[in-house]
Amino acid sequence: MSLNAFITKETVESDDDGPLSGKSIAVKDNISTEGLRTTCGSEMLEDYVPPYDATVVERLKDAGATIVGKANMDEFGMGTTTETSAYGPTKNPVDESRVPGGSSGGSAAAVAAGEADLALGTDTGGSIRCPAAFCGVVGIKPTYGLVSRYGLVAYANSLEQIGPIAPSVEEAAALLDVIAGPDERDATTREEGEDSNFAAAADGDVEGLTIGVPTELVDGADEGVKAAFWDALDELEAQGAEYHEVSMPSTEKAVAAYYVIAMSEASSNLARFDGVRYGKSGGYEGNWNDAFARAREEGFGSEVKRRILLGTYALSAGYHDKYYAKAQDARAWVKQDFDAAFEDADVLASPTMPVPPFELGESLDDPLQMYLADANTVPVNLANLPAISVPAGETDGLPVGLQLIGPKFGEETIVRAASAVEN
Amino acid sequence: MPDETAHTETLTPGLRHLRYMSDTPVDADEVRHVAELARVDLDEDEVEEFAAQFADILEYFDALDEVPEVDREDELVNVMRADEVREGLTQEEALSNAAETEDGFFKGPRVS
Repeated sequence: MSLNAFITKETVESDDDGPLSGKSIAVKDNISTEGLRTTCGSEMLEDYVPPYDATVVERLKDAGATIVGKANMDEFGMGTTTETSAYGPTKNPVDESRVPGGSSGGSAAAVAAGEADLALGTDTGGSIRCPAAFCGVVGIKPTYGLVSRYGLVAYANSLEQIGPIAPSVEEAAALLDVIAGPDERDATTREEGEDSNFAAAADGDVEGLTIGVPTELVDGADEGVKAAFWDALDELEAQGAEYHEVSMPSTEKAVAAYYVIAMSEASSNLARFDGVRYGKSGGYEGNWNDAFARAREEGFGSEVKRRILLGTYALSAGYHDKYYAKAQDARAWVKQDFDAAFEDADVLASPTMPVPPFELGESLDDPLQMYLADANTVPVNLANLPAISVPAGETDGLPVGLQLIGPKFGEETIVRAASAVEN
Repeated sequence: MPDETAHTETLTPGLRHLRYMSDTPVDADEVRHVAELARVDLDEDEVEEFAAQFADILEYFDALDEVPEVDREDELVNVMRADEVREGLTQEEALSNAAETEDGFFKGPRVS
C-alpha cells in the first residue's frame, strides 16, 4: 500500500551540477514550483500551477537536485498529523496505522521510506520537527530570516521558515547550506546564511557543551518519551557534554500565544483566496461577497475555516487587545526566557513531541487536544530561533525525537550537538 | 475598553451590527457573524460544531490574561529597496490560473 506521501508525483531533472547532483528531493506542496501543480493540500488550489519557482526551488535546481514530487501536507500547513490534507492522510512508514506527524508529513514520510533522499518542509509551529520526530528522521527549523520565503504560500509569515528533512544530521545540514542565504525578494532574509557550511559542523564533538533542559517542556511528556529523552542526555553527557535544568514559565502560555498569532496571520493571509485570480471560483452569481464566501466554503476544509474564523475573531474590534495584543506580550516574554536560558547554556534540549505518533483518526474530533501537542515546538517559532529534531531511541517501537534549540543563527551549534546524538 | 461600551462595526455594505465586548462564550450567532466578516459560508452543522469548539479554544486562550506586561526589545529595522521597474510576470502568466478572463483582465463577480 502507498503511504500517500505525495500529492503530485512528477520528476523535474536539473541540468546543473552541484552538491545535490544525484539526489532526489521531495518538495512540500506549499512551496511554488514553476509548471508543477502546487495545492497546499487544499481543494482551493487543486488546479493551481505556479508561473514561477520559489527561491529555495531555484537553489535546489542550481545545486543539481532532482525533484521527485510535491509532498502531502496538512491543508495550508494547518495541522499536526497531515490528516487535514484534502488529498487524504499520509501513513507513517514506521507503523502504517499511525500518523506521520505534520504538517510536513509527506516530506518526512517520503524520506523515512526512501521515496526521496531528502525533502523540504516548512515549520510554522513545529511542522518540520514534529513529522521528523514521528517518522524517525532529522528535521531543522532554521532561524527566522536564514532561508528565503519567496514563493512559499504564506500561512503565518512572522513564524514560518522553510527547512530540510533528511535521514542524517549531516545531510540535513548540507541541504540547509544549499537553501540558506539572503534573497532580495524576501526582505526578512539576513546575511548570516551566506556561504554557510553547516554540514562541516556535524562532527559529533560535544566536549564541554552545556545543555539546558527547560523543565516545563519535559514534565508533561509521556513516560516512554521521557525515558528515551533522558537516555539521550545521559549519552551526550558520556561524550563530554553537561546538562542542567532551567525553568521557563513563559512556555506555558506559548501554545495559546502561538495559536492566536498564527490564526490571526492566517485570517489575513488567506483572504487572498477569493477565486478570481487563482483557486476555486465561487461563480458570478450575486454580489462579490457572496461569490467569495461561496468559493471559500467550497475550497477550504474544516481546520482552515476554523483558524480563519478564530483569527478573524481575535483581530476583531473589542477582542484585539484581549487576544492579539496579549499574545504579542507572551511572544516577547518567551523571547526573554530564551535569552535568559542561553546565558548559561549553549543549547536547550527537550523531547520534540511530548507523545508518540497518534493513531490515524485519533485526534481529528478535538482540535484543542491537537493544538496542545505542539507545546514543545511552538516556543521556538515565537522566539525566531533555530531547532533540530534528531531521532533518539523509541518507545513501544515508535520513534522519539530529541529537540535541540540554539540561539539566533546558532545552526552550527545545534547541528554539532545533534550529530553527537547519532553516535 | 469598559464592558458597557458599544461600538458600531461596518461589515458588508448595508449591514451593521452593534457589538459588545463580553466574556460570554461563543454562540451560533457569533460564529455566523465572524464567518460573514471572514467571507466564509458555513452550513448549519458547521456553525454548531464551531460554536462548541470555539468555546473550548477561547477559554484556553484566556490563559493569556495572566501574561505579564513585557518590555519588547525588538531591534527591527525597515528594509527598503529602490522603487525601480523590474522584471515580473507576463500578463499571460499572471492570468494563467484565473477561472475566467476577459480582454487580458481577470473577470470577477459584480461589485455591488
